[in-house]
Amino acid sequence: MAGLLKTNTPPRWLLAELTYSCPLQCPYCSNPLDYTAYKNELSTDDWKRVLTQARKMGAVQLGFSGGEPLTRPDLVELVQYARELGYYSNLITSGYGLTEEKIIQLKTAGLDHIQVSIQASSQELNDHIAGTASFEHKQNVARLVKKHGYPMVLCVVLHRENIHQMPEILEMAEALGADYLELANTQYYGWAHINRDLLLPTKEQFETAEAIAQAFKEKVAGKMKIYYVVPDFYEDRPKACMNGWATTFLTIAPDGMALPCHSARELPNFDCPNVKDFSVSEIWNDSKAFNFFRGFEWMQEPCRSCDEKEKDFGGCRCQAYLLTGDASATDPVCSKSPQHGVIDELITSARTSALSDDEKPLVFRNSKNSRR
Amino acid sequence: MNISMTLNPENLLSFSPLHRLQWEEAQQKTVILYPEGMVELNQSSAEILKLCDGSRQLAQLVQELETKFETTGLTDDITAFLEVALKNGWITQN
Ligand code: SF4
Ligand code: SF4
Repeated sequence: MAGLLKTNTPPRWLLAELTYSCPLQCPYCSNPLDYTAYKNELSTDDWKRVLTQARKMGAVQLGFSGGEPLTRPDLVELVQYARELGYYSNLITSGYGLTEEKIIQLKTAGLDHIQVSIQASSQELNDHIAGTASFEHKQNVARLVKKHGYPMVLCVVLHRENIHQMPEILEMAEALGADYLELANTQYYGWAHINRDLLLPTKEQFETAEAIAQAFKEKVAGKMKIYYVVPDFYEDRPKACMNGWATTFLTIAPDGMALPCHSARELPNFDCPNVKDFSVSEIWNDSKAFNFFRGFEWMQEPCRSCDEKEKDFGGCRCQAYLLTGDASATDPVCSKSPQHGVIDELITSARTSALSDDEKPLVFRNSKNSRR
Repeated sequence: MNISMTLNPENLLSFSPLHRLQWEEAQQKTVILYPEGMVELNQSSAEILKLCDGSRQLAQLVQELETKFETTGLTDDITAFLEVALKNGWITQN
Protein backbone atom coordinates (compact mmCIF):
# COMPACT_ATOMS: atom_id res chain seq x y z
CA MET A 1 0.00 0.00 0.00
CA ALA A 2 1.30 3.39 -0.97
CA GLY A 3 -0.28 4.72 2.20
CA LEU A 4 2.25 2.90 4.33
CA LEU A 5 5.25 4.05 2.38
CA LYS A 6 4.04 7.54 1.92
CA THR A 7 5.79 10.35 3.70
CA ASN A 8 4.37 13.69 2.73
CA THR A 9 6.78 16.31 1.60
CA PRO A 10 5.92 19.65 3.20
CA PRO A 11 4.54 22.54 1.13
CA ARG A 12 7.26 24.85 -0.17
CA TRP A 13 5.14 27.21 -2.22
CA LEU A 14 2.14 29.02 -0.89
CA LEU A 15 -0.08 30.90 -3.29
CA ALA A 16 -2.30 33.33 -1.41
CA GLU A 17 -5.13 34.39 -3.67
CA LEU A 18 -6.19 37.37 -1.60
CA THR A 19 -9.25 38.32 -3.59
CA TYR A 20 -11.17 37.59 -6.78
CA SER A 21 -11.83 41.24 -7.43
CA CYS A 22 -9.89 42.68 -10.33
CA PRO A 23 -10.24 45.77 -12.49
CA LEU A 24 -9.14 43.84 -15.58
CA GLN A 25 -11.08 41.30 -17.60
CA CYS A 26 -8.53 38.96 -19.20
CA PRO A 27 -10.33 36.28 -21.19
CA TYR A 28 -7.76 33.65 -20.11
CA CYS A 29 -8.04 34.36 -16.39
CA SER A 30 -7.50 31.24 -14.29
CA ASN A 31 -10.07 32.27 -11.69
CA PRO A 32 -13.20 30.11 -11.59
CA LEU A 33 -16.01 31.07 -13.95
CA ASP A 34 -18.37 31.53 -11.04
CA TYR A 35 -15.92 33.62 -9.00
CA THR A 36 -18.67 36.08 -8.04
CA ALA A 37 -20.30 33.30 -6.00
CA TYR A 38 -17.49 33.36 -3.43
CA LYS A 39 -18.06 36.41 -1.35
CA ASN A 40 -16.64 35.83 2.10
CA GLU A 41 -13.01 36.81 1.84
CA LEU A 42 -10.66 35.75 4.62
CA SER A 43 -9.91 38.39 7.23
CA THR A 44 -6.45 39.75 7.91
CA ASP A 45 -6.19 37.52 10.98
CA ASP A 46 -7.17 34.43 9.00
CA TRP A 47 -4.38 35.15 6.53
CA LYS A 48 -1.86 35.71 9.30
CA ARG A 49 -2.77 32.39 10.86
CA VAL A 50 -2.41 30.61 7.52
CA LEU A 51 0.96 32.25 6.82
CA THR A 52 2.24 31.26 10.25
CA GLN A 53 1.07 27.66 9.98
CA ALA A 54 2.39 27.11 6.47
CA ARG A 55 5.73 28.69 7.30
CA LYS A 56 6.12 26.38 10.27
CA MET A 57 5.68 23.42 7.94
CA GLY A 58 8.41 24.71 5.63
CA ALA A 59 6.71 26.92 3.04
CA VAL A 60 9.16 29.60 1.95
CA GLN A 61 8.04 30.98 -1.40
CA LEU A 62 4.90 33.04 -1.06
CA GLY A 63 2.86 34.50 -3.89
CA PHE A 64 0.29 37.20 -3.26
CA SER A 65 -2.10 36.98 -6.17
CA GLY A 66 -5.79 37.12 -6.97
CA GLY A 67 -7.69 38.69 -8.72
CA GLU A 68 -5.74 41.82 -8.16
CA PRO A 69 -4.04 41.64 -4.75
CA LEU A 70 -3.61 45.43 -4.71
CA THR A 71 -7.34 45.78 -4.10
CA ARG A 72 -6.89 44.31 -0.60
CA PRO A 73 -6.43 47.17 1.87
CA ASP A 74 -4.33 44.98 4.19
CA LEU A 75 -1.74 44.01 1.56
CA VAL A 76 1.11 46.00 3.12
CA GLU A 77 0.34 44.59 6.55
CA LEU A 78 0.38 41.03 5.20
CA VAL A 79 3.62 41.63 3.32
CA GLN A 80 5.25 42.88 6.49
CA TYR A 81 3.97 39.92 8.47
CA ALA A 82 5.27 37.53 5.81
CA ARG A 83 8.69 39.17 5.95
CA GLU A 84 8.85 38.73 9.69
CA LEU A 85 8.14 35.04 9.23
CA GLY A 86 10.98 34.74 6.71
CA TYR A 87 9.00 34.20 3.53
CA TYR A 88 10.31 35.27 0.16
CA SER A 89 7.31 37.14 -1.10
CA ASN A 90 6.21 37.69 -4.67
CA LEU A 91 3.50 40.13 -5.66
CA ILE A 92 1.71 38.93 -8.76
CA THR A 93 -0.08 41.93 -10.13
CA SER A 94 -1.53 43.49 -13.24
CA GLY A 95 0.11 46.70 -12.04
CA TYR A 96 -3.23 48.40 -12.34
CA GLY A 97 -3.55 50.96 -9.57
CA LEU A 98 0.06 50.57 -8.43
CA THR A 99 1.59 53.92 -7.53
CA GLU A 100 5.20 54.81 -6.75
CA GLU A 101 4.19 55.50 -3.19
CA LYS A 102 2.76 51.99 -2.84
CA ILE A 103 5.86 50.48 -4.43
CA ILE A 104 8.02 52.18 -1.79
CA GLN A 105 5.66 51.20 1.03
CA LEU A 106 5.74 47.56 -0.05
CA LYS A 107 9.51 47.61 -0.31
CA THR A 108 9.82 48.97 3.22
CA ALA A 109 7.40 46.30 4.40
CA GLY A 110 9.75 43.67 2.97
CA LEU A 111 8.30 42.64 -0.37
CA ASP A 112 10.93 40.79 -2.39
CA HIS A 113 9.67 41.05 -5.91
CA ILE A 114 6.91 42.34 -8.13
CA GLN A 115 5.73 40.51 -11.19
CA VAL A 116 3.89 42.76 -13.58
CA SER A 117 1.79 41.23 -16.30
CA ILE A 118 1.52 42.94 -19.64
CA GLN A 119 -1.02 41.61 -22.11
CA ALA A 120 0.76 42.53 -25.34
CA SER A 121 3.51 44.72 -26.78
CA SER A 122 1.16 47.31 -28.21
CA GLN A 123 -1.26 49.57 -26.46
CA GLU A 124 -4.19 48.67 -28.65
CA LEU A 125 -3.92 44.95 -28.13
CA ASN A 126 -3.00 45.18 -24.45
CA ASP A 127 -6.00 47.32 -23.68
CA HIS A 128 -8.29 45.11 -25.74
CA ILE A 129 -7.20 41.89 -24.01
CA ALA A 130 -7.20 43.45 -20.54
CA GLY A 131 -10.62 44.90 -21.24
CA THR A 132 -9.32 48.14 -19.70
CA ALA A 133 -6.96 50.91 -20.79
CA SER A 134 -3.81 50.03 -18.88
CA PHE A 135 -0.84 49.75 -21.23
CA GLU A 136 0.93 53.06 -20.50
CA HIS A 137 0.47 52.65 -16.80
CA LYS A 138 1.86 49.11 -16.79
CA GLN A 139 4.99 50.22 -18.63
CA ASN A 140 5.47 52.94 -16.11
CA VAL A 141 4.97 50.54 -13.21
CA ALA A 142 7.58 48.22 -14.69
CA ARG A 143 10.10 51.07 -14.73
CA LEU A 144 9.28 52.06 -11.15
CA VAL A 145 9.63 48.49 -9.91
CA LYS A 146 13.13 48.46 -11.35
CA LYS A 147 13.95 51.90 -10.03
CA HIS A 148 13.17 50.84 -6.48
CA GLY A 149 15.54 47.89 -6.56
CA TYR A 150 13.19 44.97 -6.97
CA PRO A 151 14.05 42.17 -9.35
CA MET A 152 11.69 42.97 -12.21
CA VAL A 153 9.68 40.15 -13.63
CA LEU A 154 7.52 40.74 -16.64
CA CYS A 155 4.89 38.21 -17.44
CA VAL A 156 3.17 37.93 -20.77
CA VAL A 157 0.47 35.34 -21.29
CA LEU A 158 0.61 34.07 -24.86
CA HIS A 159 -2.33 33.14 -27.06
CA ARG A 160 -3.47 33.45 -30.64
CA GLU A 161 -4.12 37.18 -30.47
CA ASN A 162 -0.64 38.19 -29.31
CA ILE A 163 1.75 35.35 -30.09
CA HIS A 164 2.72 36.96 -33.40
CA GLN A 165 4.10 39.88 -31.37
CA MET A 166 6.88 37.71 -29.93
CA PRO A 167 9.73 39.81 -31.41
CA GLU A 168 8.20 43.04 -30.09
CA ILE A 169 7.41 41.49 -26.70
CA LEU A 170 11.06 40.50 -26.32
CA GLU A 171 12.22 43.95 -27.37
CA MET A 172 9.85 45.57 -24.90
CA ALA A 173 11.14 43.39 -22.06
CA GLU A 174 14.71 44.29 -22.92
CA ALA A 175 13.94 47.99 -23.18
CA LEU A 176 12.20 47.94 -19.80
CA GLY A 177 15.21 46.20 -18.25
CA ALA A 178 13.36 43.10 -17.07
CA ASP A 179 15.50 40.73 -15.00
CA TYR A 180 13.13 37.88 -15.71
CA LEU A 181 10.64 37.40 -18.48
CA GLU A 182 7.93 34.84 -18.09
CA LEU A 183 6.42 33.84 -21.40
CA ALA A 184 3.47 31.82 -20.29
CA ASN A 185 1.48 30.06 -22.92
CA THR A 186 -2.14 30.10 -21.87
CA GLN A 187 -3.16 27.11 -19.80
CA TYR A 188 -6.69 26.17 -20.69
CA TYR A 189 -8.56 26.26 -17.39
CA GLY A 190 -11.10 28.71 -16.03
CA TRP A 191 -11.93 31.41 -18.54
CA ALA A 192 -9.36 30.18 -21.02
CA HIS A 193 -11.21 26.88 -21.23
CA ILE A 194 -14.37 28.52 -22.55
CA ASN A 195 -12.39 30.82 -24.87
CA ARG A 196 -10.13 28.10 -26.18
CA ASP A 197 -11.28 28.20 -29.80
CA LEU A 198 -10.31 31.84 -29.91
CA LEU A 199 -7.09 31.64 -27.90
CA LEU A 200 -5.28 28.49 -28.94
CA PRO A 201 -2.58 29.35 -31.50
CA THR A 202 -1.90 27.04 -34.39
CA LYS A 203 1.05 24.71 -34.24
CA GLU A 204 2.96 26.83 -36.76
CA GLN A 205 2.44 29.93 -34.63
CA PHE A 206 3.73 28.10 -31.55
CA GLU A 207 6.79 26.83 -33.30
CA THR A 208 7.70 30.17 -34.81
CA ALA A 209 7.25 31.99 -31.51
CA GLU A 210 9.20 29.42 -29.56
CA ALA A 211 12.13 29.50 -31.99
CA ILE A 212 12.30 33.30 -31.71
CA ALA A 213 12.16 33.15 -27.90
CA GLN A 214 14.88 30.49 -27.74
CA ALA A 215 17.24 32.47 -29.95
CA PHE A 216 16.65 35.56 -27.83
CA LYS A 217 17.30 33.60 -24.67
CA GLU A 218 20.84 32.95 -25.81
CA LYS A 219 21.35 36.55 -26.79
CA VAL A 220 20.43 37.88 -23.35
CA ALA A 221 22.01 35.10 -21.27
CA GLY A 222 23.44 36.58 -18.07
CA LYS A 223 21.22 39.67 -18.31
CA MET A 224 17.66 38.42 -18.46
CA LYS A 225 16.31 35.02 -17.51
CA ILE A 226 13.51 33.75 -19.67
CA TYR A 227 11.01 31.24 -18.39
CA TYR A 228 9.10 29.73 -21.26
CA VAL A 229 5.99 27.93 -20.08
CA VAL A 230 5.20 25.39 -22.76
CA PRO A 231 1.76 24.76 -24.07
CA ASP A 232 1.23 21.06 -23.80
CA PHE A 233 -1.44 20.48 -26.44
CA TYR A 234 1.27 20.18 -29.06
CA GLU A 235 3.44 17.81 -27.02
CA ASP A 236 3.03 14.08 -26.75
CA ARG A 237 3.61 13.94 -23.00
CA PRO A 238 1.73 15.98 -20.41
CA LYS A 239 3.39 18.39 -17.98
CA ALA A 240 4.31 17.16 -14.52
CA CYS A 241 1.49 19.20 -13.11
CA MET A 242 2.21 20.95 -9.80
CA ASN A 243 5.33 18.80 -9.47
CA GLY A 244 2.94 16.07 -8.35
CA TRP A 245 -0.36 16.53 -6.53
CA ALA A 246 0.06 18.06 -3.07
CA THR A 247 3.83 17.61 -2.96
CA THR A 248 5.00 21.21 -3.18
CA PHE A 249 2.22 23.70 -3.90
CA LEU A 250 -0.58 24.94 -1.73
CA THR A 251 -3.11 27.49 -2.93
CA ILE A 252 -5.51 29.27 -0.64
CA ALA A 253 -8.48 30.83 -2.44
CA PRO A 254 -9.97 34.17 -1.34
CA ASP A 255 -12.70 32.48 0.70
CA GLY A 256 -10.21 30.21 2.48
CA MET A 257 -10.64 27.09 0.42
CA ALA A 258 -7.35 25.16 0.32
CA LEU A 259 -6.47 23.77 -3.10
CA PRO A 260 -3.67 21.44 -4.22
CA CYS A 261 -3.65 23.39 -7.49
CA HIS A 262 -5.33 26.67 -8.29
CA SER A 263 -7.80 25.05 -10.69
CA ALA A 264 -8.84 22.25 -8.35
CA ARG A 265 -11.99 24.12 -7.47
CA GLU A 266 -13.29 23.06 -10.89
CA LEU A 267 -13.17 19.36 -10.00
CA PRO A 268 -16.69 18.14 -9.22
CA ASN A 269 -17.67 16.88 -5.76
CA PHE A 270 -14.18 17.43 -4.60
CA ASP A 271 -14.92 19.06 -1.32
CA CYS A 272 -11.71 20.91 -0.63
CA PRO A 273 -11.19 21.87 3.02
CA ASN A 274 -11.30 25.45 4.24
CA VAL A 275 -8.70 27.13 6.45
CA LYS A 276 -11.53 28.52 8.52
CA ASP A 277 -12.27 24.96 9.69
CA PHE A 278 -8.87 23.24 9.75
CA SER A 279 -5.22 24.02 10.30
CA VAL A 280 -2.88 23.99 7.32
CA SER A 281 -1.17 20.84 8.54
CA GLU A 282 -4.47 18.99 9.01
CA ILE A 283 -5.41 20.02 5.49
CA TRP A 284 -2.07 19.08 3.97
CA ASN A 285 -1.60 15.79 5.78
CA ASP A 286 -5.04 14.43 6.57
CA SER A 287 -7.66 15.82 4.21
CA LYS A 288 -9.21 13.58 1.62
CA ALA A 289 -8.76 16.13 -1.15
CA PHE A 290 -5.03 16.52 -0.62
CA ASN A 291 -4.46 12.78 -0.37
CA PHE A 292 -6.67 11.92 -3.32
CA PHE A 293 -4.10 12.03 -6.11
CA ARG A 294 -0.98 11.64 -4.02
CA GLY A 295 1.33 8.83 -5.03
CA PHE A 296 0.33 6.35 -7.72
CA GLU A 297 -2.47 4.24 -6.23
CA TRP A 298 -5.25 6.29 -7.78
CA MET A 299 -4.02 5.81 -11.32
CA GLN A 300 -5.82 3.99 -14.09
CA GLU A 301 -4.22 2.35 -17.08
CA PRO A 302 -2.18 3.25 -19.07
CA CYS A 303 -0.55 5.38 -16.33
CA ARG A 304 -0.64 2.68 -13.64
CA SER A 305 1.82 0.40 -15.37
CA CYS A 306 3.69 3.10 -17.25
CA ASP A 307 7.40 3.55 -16.59
CA GLU A 308 7.13 7.32 -17.00
CA LYS A 309 4.67 7.86 -14.17
CA GLU A 310 7.31 9.18 -11.79
CA LYS A 311 8.25 11.77 -14.36
CA ASP A 312 4.86 13.33 -15.16
CA PHE A 313 2.55 11.85 -12.48
CA GLY A 314 0.01 11.12 -15.22
CA GLY A 315 -0.30 14.81 -16.10
CA CYS A 316 -2.81 17.34 -14.94
CA ARG A 317 -5.93 16.26 -13.01
CA CYS A 318 -7.93 19.33 -13.95
CA GLN A 319 -7.09 18.94 -17.62
CA ALA A 320 -8.05 15.27 -17.46
CA TYR A 321 -11.39 16.23 -15.94
CA LEU A 322 -12.12 19.15 -18.26
CA LEU A 323 -11.33 17.17 -21.39
CA THR A 324 -12.44 13.62 -20.56
CA GLY A 325 -14.96 14.12 -17.74
CA ASP A 326 -12.90 11.86 -15.45
CA ALA A 327 -10.40 13.47 -13.08
CA SER A 328 -8.56 10.14 -12.57
CA ALA A 329 -8.02 9.50 -16.26
CA THR A 330 -4.66 9.79 -18.01
CA ASP A 331 -4.15 13.39 -19.09
CA PRO A 332 -5.36 13.21 -22.72
CA VAL A 333 -2.32 15.19 -23.88
CA CYS A 334 -0.39 11.93 -23.49
CA SER A 335 -0.20 10.04 -26.76
CA LYS A 336 -0.71 6.82 -24.77
CA SER A 337 -4.09 8.03 -23.54
CA PRO A 338 -7.03 6.22 -25.19
CA GLN A 339 -8.70 9.64 -25.29
CA HIS A 340 -5.82 11.44 -26.95
CA GLY A 341 -8.17 12.09 -29.89
CA VAL A 342 -9.90 14.91 -28.00
CA ILE A 343 -6.70 16.94 -28.25
CA ASP A 344 -6.65 16.60 -32.03
CA GLU A 345 -10.31 17.59 -32.08
CA LEU A 346 -9.80 20.72 -30.06
CA ILE A 347 -6.79 21.72 -32.14
CA THR A 348 -8.87 21.31 -35.29
CA SER A 349 -11.75 23.20 -33.79
CA ALA A 350 -9.51 26.15 -32.84
CA ARG A 351 -7.94 26.09 -36.27
CA THR A 352 -11.31 26.17 -37.96
CA SER A 353 -12.31 29.10 -35.79
CA ALA A 354 -9.06 30.91 -36.65
CA LEU A 355 -9.72 30.53 -40.35
CA SER A 356 -13.40 31.43 -40.30
CA ASP A 357 -14.63 34.90 -41.17
CA ASP A 358 -17.08 35.35 -38.37
CA GLU A 359 -15.40 34.22 -35.17
CA LYS A 360 -17.56 34.48 -32.11
CA PRO A 361 -16.35 37.12 -29.63
CA LEU A 362 -14.15 36.43 -26.59
CA VAL A 363 -15.93 36.06 -23.28
CA PHE A 364 -14.29 38.56 -20.96
CA ARG A 365 -13.82 37.85 -17.29
CA ASN A 366 -16.20 40.18 -15.49
CA SER A 367 -18.98 39.88 -12.98
CA LYS A 368 -21.72 39.99 -15.58
CA ASN A 369 -20.29 37.02 -17.47
CA SER A 370 -19.52 35.24 -14.22
CA ARG A 371 -23.16 35.23 -13.16
CA ARG A 372 -24.36 33.78 -16.46
CA MET B 1 25.05 45.25 -12.10
CA ASN B 2 28.23 43.80 -13.50
CA ILE B 3 27.27 41.21 -16.02
CA SER B 4 30.74 40.05 -16.90
CA MET B 5 30.70 36.27 -16.81
CA THR B 6 34.31 35.63 -15.89
CA LEU B 7 35.64 35.85 -12.42
CA ASN B 8 38.12 38.62 -11.88
CA PRO B 9 40.37 37.82 -8.88
CA GLU B 10 41.03 41.52 -8.28
CA ASN B 11 37.39 42.42 -7.74
CA LEU B 12 35.43 42.43 -4.52
CA LEU B 13 32.74 39.78 -4.34
CA SER B 14 29.19 40.59 -3.24
CA PHE B 15 26.06 38.56 -2.91
CA SER B 16 23.48 39.76 -5.44
CA PRO B 17 20.95 42.28 -4.11
CA LEU B 18 18.37 40.57 -6.32
CA HIS B 19 18.64 37.29 -4.39
CA ARG B 20 18.32 36.35 -0.76
CA LEU B 21 20.53 33.92 1.15
CA GLN B 22 18.73 32.36 4.07
CA TRP B 23 18.94 29.48 6.54
CA GLU B 24 15.83 27.29 6.35
CA GLU B 25 15.04 25.59 9.62
CA ALA B 26 12.55 23.13 8.09
CA GLN B 27 15.07 21.93 5.53
CA GLN B 28 18.15 22.30 7.71
CA LYS B 29 19.81 23.97 4.77
CA THR B 30 20.90 27.35 3.52
CA VAL B 31 18.98 28.32 0.40
CA ILE B 32 19.10 31.02 -2.25
CA LEU B 33 15.73 32.63 -2.91
CA TYR B 34 14.81 34.59 -6.02
CA PRO B 35 11.61 35.31 -7.93
CA GLU B 36 9.60 32.11 -7.86
CA GLY B 37 12.60 29.93 -7.27
CA MET B 38 14.89 28.39 -4.71
CA VAL B 39 18.26 26.65 -4.78
CA GLU B 40 19.33 24.45 -1.87
CA LEU B 41 22.97 24.73 -0.98
CA ASN B 42 25.35 22.26 0.56
CA GLN B 43 27.38 23.44 3.50
CA SER B 44 30.53 24.44 1.66
CA SER B 45 28.68 26.46 -0.98
CA ALA B 46 26.80 28.23 1.78
CA GLU B 47 30.05 29.08 3.60
CA ILE B 48 31.53 30.54 0.42
CA LEU B 49 28.49 32.68 -0.36
CA LYS B 50 28.23 33.99 3.17
CA LEU B 51 31.67 35.53 2.74
CA CYS B 52 30.62 37.36 -0.43
CA ASP B 53 29.70 40.55 1.37
CA GLY B 54 31.57 43.10 -0.70
CA SER B 55 34.66 43.16 1.52
CA ARG B 56 36.80 40.39 0.05
CA GLN B 57 38.57 39.41 -3.15
CA LEU B 58 39.00 35.82 -4.22
CA ALA B 59 42.37 35.27 -2.49
CA GLN B 60 41.16 36.67 0.82
CA LEU B 61 38.05 34.56 0.68
CA VAL B 62 40.03 31.39 -0.01
CA GLN B 63 42.42 32.13 2.76
CA GLU B 64 39.68 32.73 5.27
CA LEU B 65 37.98 29.45 4.46
CA GLU B 66 41.24 27.51 4.52
CA THR B 67 41.91 28.89 7.98
CA LYS B 68 38.40 28.18 9.17
CA PHE B 69 38.45 24.56 8.01
CA GLU B 70 42.13 24.04 8.77
CA THR B 71 43.02 22.92 5.28
CA THR B 72 44.81 24.09 2.12
CA GLY B 73 44.40 23.82 -1.64
CA LEU B 74 40.82 25.09 -1.83
CA THR B 75 41.50 27.67 -4.55
CA ASP B 76 40.37 25.55 -7.50
CA ASP B 77 37.15 24.33 -5.92
CA ILE B 78 36.17 27.75 -4.67
CA THR B 79 36.96 29.40 -7.99
CA ALA B 80 34.88 26.83 -9.85
CA PHE B 81 31.92 27.36 -7.55
CA LEU B 82 32.15 31.16 -7.73
CA GLU B 83 32.14 30.97 -11.51
CA VAL B 84 28.89 29.02 -11.36
CA ALA B 85 27.52 31.53 -8.86
CA LEU B 86 28.45 34.41 -11.12
CA LYS B 87 26.87 32.81 -14.13
CA ASN B 88 23.66 32.26 -12.19
CA GLY B 89 23.63 35.84 -11.01
CA TRP B 90 23.98 34.88 -7.31
CA ILE B 91 27.03 37.07 -6.88
CA THR B 92 28.34 40.24 -8.48
CA GLN B 93 31.85 41.64 -8.57
CA ASN B 94 32.74 45.26 -8.35
S1 SF4 C 1 -5.77 37.24 -15.33
FE1 SF4 C 1 -6.45 39.35 -15.76
S2 SF4 C 1 -8.59 39.37 -15.04
FE2 SF4 C 1 -7.64 37.53 -14.11
S3 SF4 C 1 -6.96 38.20 -12.13
FE3 SF4 C 1 -5.22 38.45 -13.54
S4 SF4 C 1 -5.36 40.58 -14.30
FE4 SF4 C 1 -7.33 40.08 -13.34
S1 SF4 D 1 0.63 7.00 -19.68
FE1 SF4 D 1 0.39 8.32 -17.88
S2 SF4 D 1 2.31 8.11 -16.73
FE2 SF4 D 1 2.66 7.28 -18.80
S3 SF4 D 1 3.53 8.99 -19.96
FE3 SF4 D 1 1.30 9.02 -20.31
S4 SF4 D 1 0.50 10.38 -18.72
FE4 SF4 D 1 2.59 9.85 -18.12
